[in-house]
Amino acid sequence: MRKQLTLVAGIAAFLMLVPACSSTSATTAASSGGSAVGVKSGSATSVADFGGMDALVKAAKAEGSINVIALPDDWANYVAIKKGFAAKYGITVNSILPDASSKEEIDAADKNKGTDKAPDVFDVGANVALSSTDHFAPYKVSAWSKIPDGNKESTGLWVNDYTGVMTVGYNATKFGEITSLDQLTDPKFKGQVAFNGKPAEAGAAFNGFLMVNGAYGGTFENLQPGMDYVKKLKAAGTLNLQDVTSGTIDSGQHGVVFDWTYNQASTTARLKAKGVDWKVFVPKGGEIASYYNQAVNKDAPHPAAARLWEEYLYSPEAQNMWLTGAARPILFDAMKADGTLDATAAANLPTVEGTPATPTTAQATAATAFIKANWNAAVA
Amino acid sequence: MTATPTVTGRDAVSASRPVLPGGINVLGTVPFFAYTAVFLVLPTILVAVGAFVARDGSLTLNGITQVMSPRTVGIFATSLWISALTALIGTVCGGLIAYALSLSPAGSLGRRVFTALMSVTAQFGGVMLAFAFIATIGINGLVTRLLTPFPALTPDPGFLSSLGGVALVYCYFQIPLMVIVFLPAVEGLRPQWREATENLGGTTWTYWTRVAGPILLPSLLGSFLLLFANAFSAFATAAALISQESVIVPLEIESALRNENDLGMDAYAQALALGMILVVAVVMALYAVLMKRAARWTP
Repeated sequence: MRKQLTLVAGIAAFLMLVPACSSTSATTAASSGGSAVGVKSGSATSVADFGGMDALVKAAKAEGSINVIALPDDWANYVAIKKGFAAKYGITVNSILPDASSKEEIDAADKNKGTDKAPDVFDVGANVALSSTDHFAPYKVSAWSKIPDGNKESTGLWVNDYTGVMTVGYNATKFGEITSLDQLTDPKFKGQVAFNGKPAEAGAAFNGFLMVNGAYGGTFENLQPGMDYVKKLKAAGTLNLQDVTSGTIDSGQHGVVFDWTYNQASTTARLKAKGVDWKVFVPKGGEIASYYNQAVNKDAPHPAAARLWEEYLYSPEAQNMWLTGAARPILFDAMKADGTLDATAAANLPTVEGTPATPTTAQATAATAFIKANWNAAVA
Repeated sequence: MTATPTVTGRDAVSASRPVLPGGINVLGTVPFFAYTAVFLVLPTILVAVGAFVARDGSLTLNGITQVMSPRTVGIFATSLWISALTALIGTVCGGLIAYALSLSPAGSLGRRVFTALMSVTAQFGGVMLAFAFIATIGINGLVTRLLTPFPALTPDPGFLSSLGGVALVYCYFQIPLMVIVFLPAVEGLRPQWREATENLGGTTWTYWTRVAGPILLPSLLGSFLLLFANAFSAFATAAALISQESVIVPLEIESALRNENDLGMDAYAQALALGMILVVAVVMALYAVLMKRAARWTP
């Protein structure tokens, strides 16, 4: 219970010690286990470098497993993707730290560098992708040419994978129809409304904040309207500062959650089985989208499996799984054109008026600084 | 942290034991010092160094500068006062309970059961404790649901996520802890002292202000400091109750380590930990001084 100072310090020290110890094991692993295939897989930048898809599958199967990180089962239908990959190739998928943040993905790669516990692939937000390119190995999937230039790093260090739209999800069985954010100050929502994390810290919460900000006339440069709205929720007693999980939603602690479409979708499906109608809407003016990015760890312990995972993600099969989870995959338009798109799943995406906006890196950095400086005071 | 105000009494015992030849006595201390070095000294050094190292390995003062910012100073202030407040409540309530217990017959069933209960609750904390409160007076808690017909009595669903809520939950383990650490001190009060006071014409007031009070004061203050450090370093309970606002320093450290919007906060996290080390070092130094004084009255 008592998280003594020694514990705090101990954790910090442990975090620092691990890379120090593992750097030695990294060299031994590389020298002893560096078979010809391993070296070749680690430097392969496309499936052609393996000598075709069959050779890649063979190399990946020889490795036997893959470490994926920060992929919760209920996030963008990743449960189906992880299972699908394992079933299709007979490769064990180790899902490590499913609730980690994007930054913690990179930290985990640093700390476990050279061990077989390091993550092989990343799924990170734009900010982390742009500032962590020295951790990535360039790799271009077979579908590379179908991905628009604006959605990928030209050498293949990272590439957009899917996006959602920021939405307000709510328990319609309990609260009836909600059409406007104004309604959320009603006393019946006491302690029910939540962002998915801390806006200055977590991508989903940050974009949730941009959504309410936009809905109240704010822009990526003017974030005061969003902060004023948060203050209003706090004053009305409806804002809930506990972290959102499927458990808190199911138990009724969170009745209104600002989150990505692809997270709301799993909630809708889960609650439907319990007879609860979980609905979503996009507030007018608050249309926000943001792509996540795929990247391969340059120190991946399973380099071939990592690349096969990427090939799998950009196959119509996995792209449609994302779509089923209400995420809009990057190959959406390409698949629509060639007829491989799952039309039923596509029809279930929520309706959005206008084009969802995404802040630039500079705007996001400035907005984070603003939220960091003002958030605590607003919710205190 | 399990040290009670009477541990110094052990000195007398060890002095009467035969001294083993050679370096065997010294050898026996090796596990302790090795353990301390690995889990206390080394981490402290690493935190102290880490506070000045940026993510890319270069030297930086950013972490320290950020700690000096009004916002962070405010978080430290909150951490300090909430620890002091819950320690004070714990000291007063726990002190009175300990005294009441010391008056009951030693070895009686009631006393043994109560002391055992205190030992258990003093160690009940973290996420489990937070959950216990959420399940009781949280938004869908048992008591909340029972009281729904009476809106005036229904607990505010936001209460547990406020500082007042955190303070209440902390008291759940602070008071029992005080009882456990303070009980030996009040048990040390000899009935003869009271009788002597009365024989010399002293009143109850004289006894408490001139005899028992001064004897208990160092232990009382020492226990207060122990409770303070206990609350100051607590993390999991508060994290489970409030996750989206960095009210206390450990939560801010977590926030800095996790942050995916701003990656340059590692040095800041270490600098925060360094600040906590300094606070606890001051508390421990005061504790040592007080215990030295308390030892005078230990039989």
